[in-house]
Amino acid sequence: MAYSEKVIDHYEHPRNVGSFAKDEEGVATGMVGAPACGDVMKLQIKVGAGGVIEDAKFKTYGCGSAIASSSLVTEWVKGKTLDEAGGIRNTQIAEELALPPVKIHCSILAEDAIKAAIADYRKKYGEDDGAQKAAD
Amino acid sequence: MTPEFTRNHFELFGLPVAYDVDPAELERAYRDLQGRVHPDRFASASEAERRVAMQWATRANEAYRTLRNPIDRARYLLALKGFDTGEESNTSMPPDFLMQQMEWRESVEDGRARHDANALEGLRREIGESRTEMHAFLARALGGDRNYDAGCSLVRKLRFLDKIEAEIDDALEAIAESVPALRRAASPKGNA
Repeated sequence: MAYSEKVIDHYEHPRNVGSFAKDEEGVATGMVGAPACGDVMKLQIKVGAGGVIEDAKFKTYGCGSAIASSSLVTEWVKGKTLDEAGGIRNTQIAEELALPPVKIHCSILAEDAIKAAIADYRKKYGEDDGAQKAAD
Repeated sequence: MTPEFTRNHFELFGLPVAYDVDPAELERAYRDLQGRVHPDRFASASEAERRVAMQWATRANEAYRTLRNPIDRARYLLALKGFDTGEESNTSMPPDFLMQQMEWRESVEDGRARHDANALEGLRREIGESRTEMHAFLARALGGDRNYDAGCSLVRKLRFLDKIEAEIDDALEAIAESVPALRRAASPKGNA
């Protein structure tokens, strides 16, 4: 498998690996898995005042493309509102990392992970919370 | 005789369309069919007849391979019932299940780093027990319960176990290839 330079960069120097403390204020978690390849991805966001994502962390067990996709997403979501982060599409991830067609599912997994984290946040802290304020 | 592609794999072997398959019966039916369509029997037949025999043989092989493997058989049966296992598309596994996968993967990584074959073998046994249990659930879901959604979910879960078992084997192989002294230096009993 020939990986693109960007994938290799994220794979060798993954951004934002790790976890937040469970009880940390404003933290939400998205966990997803891809049955076909057995990849597991955990993506956490820390949302601050105004519904803006201040920080993000991830832990992924999977191939280089899955690690790169989740690493990239943690970079992208920082400074975004929940709605903006929820608008990230797998096609953007795949394009940025130049993923080959067989690895598209890795970018889908990362999109699903951020969506799951946002859903977890809204479940924990309510639908509108800061996201509404930031949109004003 | 032309291969009846309208018949499903079970019917092809004269088996009931059900998850529970008697391996001996499947084997017998397969041998029987293969014997009837074997290319040797068609050595002097026409080009067209030989081609048909070849199609039969291919069809029988595919059906046999599918029914012999429990996961493949479950997926096939579910498809016949109109259910897609969603292995390629469904990423929303139950959180506790995913958490368990994370923990197991961490343990494999850890066991690998510490060259702790005992811990890895213990983990493999633990996962083996989980697999046995899931296979029993699968048989129940696709048998008496007719709970096909549960069946799809179990097929997806079993794919994760396939992956982690492969990871453990890979780690054990890497350890076996390393210096024996490293194994002795590893923690004496592991975590099991």
